[in-house]
Amino acid sequence: MRNRYPVWKNLLILTVLAFGIIYSLPNFYGEDPSVQLSPSRNAKIDQSVLLQIEKLLADNGVKAKASELNDKRILVRFHDTDTQIKAEELLKSNMGNNYSVALNLAPATPGWLRAIGAKPMYLGLDLRGGVHFMLQVDMDAAVTQAQDRYAEDIRTNLREAKVRYLSVERDKASIIVKFQDAQTLAQGREVIKKEVRGLVLNVLENEQAIVATISEQEIREVRKFAVAQNITILRNRVNELGVAEPVIQQQGEDRIVVQLPGVQDTARAKEILGATATLEFRLVDSEHVIGPDGKAPLGTRIYNDRAGRPLLLQRKIIVTGDQVVDASSGLDQQSGSPAVFITLNGTGAKKMADTTKESIGKAMAVVFIENKSETKEIAGQKVTTKRKVEEVINVATIRDRFSKRFQITGLDSTEEARNLALLLRAGALAAPMDIVEERTVGPSLGKENIAQGERSFLIGFALVAIVVLVYYKVFGIIANLTLVFNMALIMAILSSFQATLTLPGIAGFTLTVGMAVDANVLIYERIKEELRNGNSPQAAIYAGFDRAFATIFDSHITNLLAAIMLFGIGSGPVKGFAVTLTIGIITSLFTAVTCTRMMVNWIYGEKRGVKLWI
Amino acid sequence: MNANTKLTDPKKESLPGVPNINFMGMRHIAVWASIILSIASLVSLGVKGLNFAIDFTGGTVVEVKYNNPADVNQIRLNLEADGFKSPMVQQFGSTHDVLIRLAPQEGVSGSNLKNRVMGILNKDPSNVAELNRIEFVGPQVGDDLVTDSGLALLYASIGILIYVALRFEYRFALGAILATLHDVVMILGFFSVLQLEFDLSVLAAVLTIMGYSLNDTIVVFDRIRENFRKLRRGEVVEVMNISINETLSRTLMTSFLTLLSVIAMALFGGQVIHNFALALIVGIVVGTYSSIYVASALALKLGVSRMDLMPPEKEGALDNRP
Repeated sequence: MRNRYPVWKNLLILTVLAFGIIYSLPNFYGEDPSVQLSPSRNAKIDQSVLLQIEKLLADNGVKAKASELNDKRILVRFHDTDTQIKAEELLKSNMGNNYSVALNLAPATPGWLRAIGAKPMYLGLDLRGGVHFMLQVDMDAAVTQAQDRYAEDIRTNLREAKVRYLSVERDKASIIVKFQDAQTLAQGREVIKKEVRGLVLNVLENEQAIVATISEQEIREVRKFAVAQNITILRNRVNELGVAEPVIQQQGEDRIVVQLPGVQDTARAKEILGATATLEFRLVDSEHVIGPDGKAPLGTRIYNDRAGRPLLLQRKIIVTGDQVVDASSGLDQQSGSPAVFITLNGTGAKKMADTTKESIGKAMAVVFIENKSETKEIAGQKVTTKRKVEEVINVATIRDRFSKRFQITGLDSTEEARNLALLLRAGALAAPMDIVEERTVGPSLGKENIAQGERSFLIGFALVAIVVLVYYKVFGIIANLTLVFNMALIMAILSSFQATLTLPGIAGFTLTVGMAVDANVLIYERIKEELRNGNSPQAAIYAGFDRAFATIFDSHITNLLAAIMLFGIGSGPVKGFAVTLTIGIITSLFTAVTCTRMMVNWIYGEKRGVKLWI
Repeated sequence: MNANTKLTDPKKESLPGVPNINFMGMRHIAVWASIILSIASLVSLGVKGLNFAIDFTGGTVVEVKYNNPADVNQIRLNLEADGFKSPMVQQFGSTHDVLIRLAPQEGVSGSNLKNRVMGILNKDPSNVAELNRIEFVGPQVGDDLVTDSGLALLYASIGILIYVALRFEYRFALGAILATLHDVVMILGFFSVLQLEFDLSVLAAVLTIMGYSLNDTIVVFDRIRENFRKLRRGEVVEVMNISINETLSRTLMTSFLTLLSVIAMALFGGQVIHNFALALIVGIVVGTYSSIYVASALALKLGVSRMDLMPPEKEGALDNRP
């Protein structure tokens, strides 16, 4: 009987096992309390900042364990949480204006493991503590806003084309444009058809009116855009919040999930998520200079640009951010340099046209205004202060008269263009949002959950292992080793994909132990049966594996079917369960069949007259 | 292969380890027991319904830990005095741990609620409550979840039906799916009769059990098919009986091992997954029983015969490898 695997097969199995063991290792190293610094909008992050931080900490007698610079953030590790909190306060008060400082638990994975990309599993909120919000985007409001924009557009275009109309009004699902007579109606219809896209036009002959309805496709776009835009804004704001590893995801058609690990103060989180930011376009005043006393001449105001240089702008605002309909980044068609394309609504377009007509050759500035709230602890009292931050994010020369659509060039990089477009869009939420679900898990409960999860898993595993060992003897040892490999593989895969581990996820591990051992039971019972039927040990082993395989395969498929259905329901914890279970089912098919076989082959393969300890 | 397994194999009787229980002979009793229990479950579901958690109904759950034993009645009165309608306040784990459930209320959301509730809970300054967990679910989210869950159960059933029908035969598929639904009804009935809280994780357990119980059933069916092909003589009932007996040690062993790990989960896994583990325990017990009795009995009732399982050539080829 050929109870022997070819060398390549053994090697393949061993390689997979090695992967499983190595990539599951990071989960056993624990975590370092650490502080993470990431740049707010415009600050730079490089080696010099790192040195600055190290010096700051050393000067104040705060001892760091290690510090490192990634492309996006600086991470300083500490030996204990007390030093960590001291350091956080120190860094916040000294560098908090340009950097967002957040407490983090950084995995203490050794360097050689990090070098090959091995990470520990990503723990869900129920295990690490934090806040989970589910926000519902008000789609009706988004569509109403779109209708208002269209109505405004129709007015502007009709005015520009000098077509007289009686009224443009929004009526529930459509916009009604009324005209004096049939001739102006026909003209108006042509103008709207040509200039305003995404509308379905119907003429009411006897009322001299056009009923404009937003097309189905356009409404879908508006909805999609509203969610995407709100996610972008939320992401910006969460970054402001200084949360390590936040999760912001769309769920379903109109919901957004925000998970903030480690955050306990839901009130503050909501404050920031609901914050407002706006934009202003102003002309740069080149005729005056800032007075020697630092005062601005009449009709002007001093602003700072991103590098902190003062800049004199006119007091008169050309256009504000809520008049920006859309902004996207791309490349200028002529020069090929990075550009931001901006679309204004009707009112904004008119103002912009009026201003730029007279200001060709002058510079225009984009001012970003943000209302930040900060909560500081002063003398044991929590005091919330609101701070208005205004800064010039871009200055560009006006080349031509423009109105509705225009572009800003002269940007340093495509990344800057992308950021600017994002900021322009992010000025306001595309549609209001309601919090429809909120879950807070305290940090102590998170720790308790981990402890209970681990304990129940270990006890369950131990019980199963003992029974298997007693019942199947040598084959039991093999089955138990296989189980350990299986767990390592699941862990390695969860770690590599950075899938979220939740408490039900740990339950999934426990349950997988029972299900994975089933494959071994099927094989062993079959071998026993073959032995009882008088077959030789080698034949029994061969037939046992061979015949059990079809059954194992069938039963795994059915389990998999149910596990995949689990993805369909709910979020967070239950999904975590579905993930572990699915991975567990797939890996157990591999380990139970091939690993077990390999070990059985090593011990019993090719030997005559052996007695099977089963 | 395995030519020694014959119906009249004299060795068989003397072999230890292979039981010879006339399962199919007892199938009428089993079927009646199942029917009665299913009806009881359905009646309970109709009359008492399920004690749905806020995942499905919407509302708020607050879990706090007091540093001294807490007075549950006083907390309830305090909450009612502040305008919360019929709040549920209960202790769990110890006298320090208190769980509060509030029905969904118009215009009240997350953090306002949190501050308000925590204010009430901390009325007595000598006994401070620390917030462990607060969950707020809007009624709309709950409604959507009910729909999604129903669909998930339906799709899982259809998927199973198709797979088993492809792999075996439609009568087996019907038997398998009915046995699986039987298990689902039993778990739901158990939760309904005892009015245990039915949350999202319990639903996850129900779906898991669908897969698990089916797994057991498939193992039995696999063996029935194999024996139909191998044992040329013999009545359908006899073949089924032999198949169930042959797979019995595996069925019991697997169920026992899975039960061990799930019981550990129920005892040591903490409050959050307690009901989840409980649903699994009930499911595994019922699932084991149903795959032994219900599935085969149903397939038999539906008129499975030897001919139905003989034909497919390609599968034969797979099984007859040396």
